[in-house]
Amino acid sequence: MIRTGIIGLGKMGLSHCSILGAHPEVDLVAACDTSGLILEAMSKYSPIKVYTDYKKMIGENELNCVFVATPTKYHAEMVIYSLENNLHVFCEKPFSLHINDGEKMVRLAKEKKRITQVGYHNRFLGTFNEIKRLIEFQVLGDIYHFLGEAYGPVVLKKKGGTWRSETSEGGGCLFDYASHVINLINYILGNITNAEGTLLKKIYSKSVEDAVYSTLFLKNGLSGILSVNWSDETYRKMSTQITVMGTEGKIISDAQELRIYLKKENKKLKLEKGWTIKYVTDLTAPVNFYLRGEEYSAQIDYFINCIKENELNNRSSFESALQTDYVIELLKKDAERR
Amino acid sequence: MDRILFGDNQFFAVNHLSDEKSRAQSIRFKDNKAIIDVLDTAIELGIMTFMCTTHDRIADICKHIRANNTRYKDFKIYPCMPYAHKYANAVTELGILGTLKAYLPGNIFSTLAKGGIAFAKKDFISMMELLVDVEMKMFKGINTPVIFIQNVVTDLILGLGMKEFFIAFNNYIKNKYNAEAGYITMNMPMLLDTLESCGLKNPIICSSINKIGFRMSGGIKLYEKTIREKKIRPIAMQVLAAGAIPPAEAFEYVCRQKNIESILFGASSRAHIKQSRDYISMYGN
Repeated sequence: MIRTGIIGLGKMGLSHCSILGAHPEVDLVAACDTSGLILEAMSKYSPIKVYTDYKKMIGENELNCVFVATPTKYHAEMVIYSLENNLHVFCEKPFSLHINDGEKMVRLAKEKKRITQVGYHNRFLGTFNEIKRLIEFQVLGDIYHFLGEAYGPVVLKKKGGTWRSETSEGGGCLFDYASHVINLINYILGNITNAEGTLLKKIYSKSVEDAVYSTLFLKNGLSGILSVNWSDETYRKMSTQITVMGTEGKIISDAQELRIYLKKENKKLKLEKGWTIKYVTDLTAPVNFYLRGEEYSAQIDYFINCIKENELNNRSSFESALQTDYVIELLKKDAERR
Repeated sequence: MDRILFGDNQFFAVNHLSDEKSRAQSIRFKDNKAIIDVLDTAIELGIMTFMCTTHDRIADICKHIRANNTRYKDFKIYPCMPYAHKYANAVTELGILGTLKAYLPGNIFSTLAKGGIAFAKKDFISMMELLVDVEMKMFKGINTPVIFIQNVVTDLILGLGMKEFFIAFNNYIKNKYNAEAGYITMNMPMLLDTLESCGLKNPIICSSINKIGFRMSGGIKLYEKTIREKKIRPIAMQVLAAGAIPPAEAFEYVCRQKNIESILFGASSRAHIKQSRDYISMYGN
């Protein structure tokens, strides 16, 4: 059994808590938060021990790993303390607020040979892994353009709110929503190294952007467009989509389906000429416990498995998340130039 | 429960396979009249139970049903609460505390109000009851013999091991609403074990049951065995696995699982509703 603790019982923390609680190879021992209400509910009704001091939690429970799901500004401090105590660490996204913090966490994890993962759950979705696979097989010929999008209904009217409305605390559409798309582009197409024409638009929020638009340039020479807006109420929930265009066709992928258009049949991969639709039902491996989507369970199963196998090469490692933080920084700087 | 329950995903742009189809649905059902027309069609075809989430727009449908109570006198609604996205989006913006403050009735800082007392005393069971009342308000005067907790909440509680809430929900639904409690889940075998351990015998559980094992956590074999051997009143949903299984094959499989009590499906056209209904009666039980 992997002895596990959680720091932060917000939306993601509770969700992780539930998935870990149901995991047959995990002993979810303790959880830590500062909200009296949540702690009271946990201690009254769940078998998990609760703490307000994460150092005390780590000190008292002989944990193997810890999940950090606090607001982003606390990540560095907590992750570093956990690594120094030789714990494997799963950290929520976005990874770090400041690049030097992120680099420090990556360095320390390497030094300590700990398994690290960041909660970019799209890397565990069947459809996005399939588009990645098809692109690696070069089914699209020469790729000349991509479009990375995410839309959803988070901020729909003018008002302040929680830490998510403070950019200095990791709030805003760039940190919260666009980070997912950036991370996915890095994963599927290659690392982003430059950005131009970045627009961070306020729609309803006073101190943070509600939409992010930019032209992105990848290390491998490819370029494309980023378009993200969390104030779009025509969407029922967050909806992420990647479109890739090449000389031999085009692929559009979201969380549910993959639409592939090819100019010529691809016999090797059994793809017809014209449109082929692949659904999530064909691409998604079942999970033992389902809460909000297979990918949330799959990322945790994967992390636990990496610990069991002592596999340091992680699909959503600290390093890969730091790459996303570099791009966030890049977009902020580019937008400020205007 | 009736053999056929009519679902509502199609009305609220829920499509598990395609965002594009979702959008088309959202345009088609922009007006409540379009929803009511489809419900009337289902009723004409002999389907008398509507299982729906506590979406804001259901309140308008309920108004229509109350205003025409003779026409709908045999019509039943099975509410499923809460409409999770409402809370999930609110939590992203307001935090958990902020969301509770926004949705608990009355002034939660006033110790004179029921919500205030519950909040001050950290009485979570009372808070749950108050939230149930908030969601149930729209169904006043409508026959709601079974009331469900949505899967996100059921499964969250299941994973957290907070069994007391299942018991409290069951008791509250029985005492206050004179109805039976139902539980929607994506983890049916695990949930049944937990409910049994709480002393909740022969519970109504609605879960994905389909030929390809889609969203059947624990595996299709375990589901089939549980349905066959355990005391449970199963409702099958996602029978078509979001469209991945052709209808004839899909309904044939579900009807072959002997102890399934009800089958839930949603459809937007008369032809589709009729087709599904006919398959279910053809393959029998």
